[in-house]
Amino acid sequence: MKTDNALIVDYDAGNLHSVRRACHEVALDAGICADPDRIRHAQRVIFPGVGAAGSAMRSMRERGMDEALREVIDQGHPVLGICLGLQISLDYSAENDTPTLGLIPGQVCRFSFDRADLKIPHMGWNEVKVVQPHPVLAGIEPGDEFYFVHGYFPTPRDQGHVYAQTEYETVFASAIGHDNYFATQFHPEKSGRVGLRLLKNFAEWDGQC
Amino acid sequence: MGWPVLSKRVIACLDVRDGNLAKSVKFVDTQDIGDPVEKAKEYYLDGLDELVFYDITASSDKRNIMLDVVEAVANQVFIPLSVGGGIRSVSDATDLRLAGAEKINVNSAAVQRPELISECAQAIGDQNVVLSMDVLKVPVSDEIPSGYEIVINGGRQAMGLDALAWARRGEQLGAGELVVNSIDADGTKAGYELTLTRRIAEAVRIPVIASGGAGLPEHLYDVLTDGKADAALVASMVHYGEYRVSELKQNLHKRGLKIRMSW
Repeated sequence: MKTDNALIVDYDAGNLHSVRRACHEVALDAGICADPDRIRHAQRVIFPGVGAAGSAMRSMRERGMDEALREVIDQGHPVLGICLGLQISLDYSAENDTPTLGLIPGQVCRFSFDRADLKIPHMGWNEVKVVQPHPVLAGIEPGDEFYFVHGYFPTPRDQGHVYAQTEYETVFASAIGHDNYFATQFHPEKSGRVGLRLLKNFAEWDGQC
Repeated sequence: MGWPVLSKRVIACLDVRDGNLAKSVKFVDTQDIGDPVEKAKEYYLDGLDELVFYDITASSDKRNIMLDVVEAVANQVFIPLSVGGGIRSVSDATDLRLAGAEKINVNSAAVQRPELISECAQAIGDQNVVLSMDVLKVPVSDEIPSGYEIVINGGRQAMGLDALAWARRGEQLGAGELVVNSIDADGTKAGYELTLTRRIAEAVRIPVIASGGAGLPEHLYDVLTDGKADAALVASMVHYGEYRVSELKQNLHKRGLKIRMSW
């Protein structure tokens, strides 16, 4: 089987073309792929997604994409989760009461607060503070902002998996990782220059940290 | 309480007529101000937070050209793109999404058939459906208790619909954001309609984007503070080179608003 340099996982969870376009801009020629066999053998994988955790997990399982993703991670290839991709990499999501992939221990909780000036979903530009250096976050400076759209947020059990934090009433983990897997709650593909920088870092990352 | 933690957004609106790339960005005076793709890129590189394309031809035979414009911009501009004008169905919305639009703006068609909002929300997610409303100040009446009425077709047709009631209805139907465009303020360059914007922002829990009337940097400041808007839409003040996007953002930042300042 032909080995793909980089693939974007298509599991019927949102529009992936903006991710593909942004990858292209940083010279990462990543195709969109719904075939778990090709994902399994790819050298580099991007795992995006928008929508609800319940239907996303169902779709992953129906396609055998959950196992393919585990395998490609086990082989040590760099994998980048984005938004819902990050959320379903933890053990459990409160959204639709969904058991998720369990790549990183922890849960996903719903934002809930009474302040009328804080809207849900958390949508817009917000600061991402790097709390632990990581090759994929190289060059991200204090004050750099990224674009977010989400109503739930990750709470990894082990602080060692948290690489960046963002504040929206509560301080939450906005970038997490473990070995060759790294994931962002924000959308690098919609975050201007700093987002492209992050994708370029991922394109050049060897999976070690 | 300090400022809410999300940065206030500066959004530029490009009206695209007939989709002709060579000379497509025009306004009422039909002055040609250039290629929308180049304009979009210029603003993006100058720190714009979000971009709205409005198809003011909105005739079905020209739609494919608009898709090409959106796609050309999406290939070069990596911030959220929103597209409006003539969207009547979920398939219009999904076509534009595939071309690279993040968000879809619905306006007249949603007033005539409110289910369009919920259908689009179902298909592409609440957060990506923007309800754009054109509003005219009218005498307070039983029908229009707020004194603000919804108009459609570019402000020509009054709908007997109260703007505050419509904003709440839009939110219930699944709109993720509102664009509040004051027909009275539009084109005056005398500032946004602060009372209207504030009353709508206080009536809903979704973000409100103020539109119409911006002429000076302080107008943006006023609507983002007194007007309680989450974002300010600008058009001619940047299109004709009077102000740069970065200049507007620096001004707001200096006055103490939370603004994205690194790009």
